[in-house]
Amino acid sequence: MSTEEIAYDSKVEGEIIVTRADAVVNWIRQHSVWPMPMGLACCAIELMATAASKFDISRFGMEVMRFSPRQADCMIVAGTVTYKMAEVVRRIYDQMGDPKWVVAMGACASTGGMYRSYAVLQGVDNIVPVDVYVSGCPPRPEALLDAMIKLQDKIGREPSVRNLRNTQETVSVA
Amino acid sequence: MDEELAKGLMERYVFLSSRDSVDCLSYFCPPENLVELASALRDREGFEMLVDLTALDWGQENSPRFTTLYHFYSLALKTYLRIACDCPSVDEPEVPSLAAVYPAADWHEREVFDMFGIIFAGHPNLKRILMWDEYPYHPLRKEFPLAGIETPLPAPDVAEVTKASVEPAPMMGGPFVSPAGGNVSEAEPRAKDESWTEEVEKTL
Repeated sequence: MSTEEIAYDSKVEGEIIVTRADAVVNWIRQHSVWPMPMGLACCAIELMATAASKFDISRFGMEVMRFSPRQADCMIVAGTVTYKMAEVVRRIYDQMGDPKWVVAMGACASTGGMYRSYAVLQGVDNIVPVDVYVSGCPPRPEALLDAMIKLQDKIGREPSVRNLRNTQETVSVA
Repeated sequence: MDEELAKGLMERYVFLSSRDSVDCLSYFCPPENLVELASALRDREGFEMLVDLTALDWGQENSPRFTTLYHFYSLALKTYLRIACDCPSVDEPEVPSLAAVYPAADWHEREVFDMFGIIFAGHPNLKRILMWDEYPYHPLRKEFPLAGIETPLPAPDVAEVTKASVEPAPMMGGPFVSPAGGNVSEAEPRAKDESWTEEVEKTL
């Protein structure tokens, strides 16, 4: 039996493509990331440059920056997170609908950066789970784009259907 | 010009005493005369602008411990004037507020209150401007360690979920500070602590 017989045969099956549910869900998710620009310092300027025509984040399907957390699924923390702002960052993260991801853009968001200070949170991963860290002070737009592509790869590897089922189980138990 | 101004100021405001300065004219003013002086500087001497308002902490062992500093500028004379005001009390430093005379003093006084804990009597809205309202310390005081002191996060519910708190920052990797004394241009800034955390406790 050759492999051609079990593969997709358009003459027999018509307009049908066989695949895994994970692959479909992840394909949809990873190509329509809606970022939430959490611009807190100078990294936000590079974030703006990333969205502007020269670097053009829309090439990767992520140009729909939403300032409402309800409409976003990827928070890009761009800048210095102070302890006073940490509360706000966490609240906005909580308001984002699942599934959601976080990118820590630049040294400050990743580790506190040069601000070894009583006022600055030493890494945004203290309050929200971070998926991708970007080095740089501030990172070049290319670095952010690279991070976003890495995030897409990460989304592509997620067991989305299992996660979905687990979430529903948790909901029904509660 | 400056000599003329200096002579006039000392004659008209007898409570002023001169203060060493390497740049502009500088005087000490007692707290009880501060508002009177500021009004006169604005209305009669032509110092329209309060360009800066800050404070100095001379350390806990000194009295007076806190000095507030005011920088005035005259657009007509094109000259700066510095007024220093010693707070009489070491434990509860208090000076009169200039917010009613110079609106620019409003937020500056709130910042000095936030950072040094100096009370500005008569200020319309004396609350913290940079740190959150419940923050228990005044970070620019000499006894406050550079790394900070552990305190709860401003939002209790966020602290409960994240288990995060305000923690002393590791000093390795910065901030970079030049050593005190010597020629600043020759002193290379270095990380304050070479250890990962601030191990040597400050004596209170």
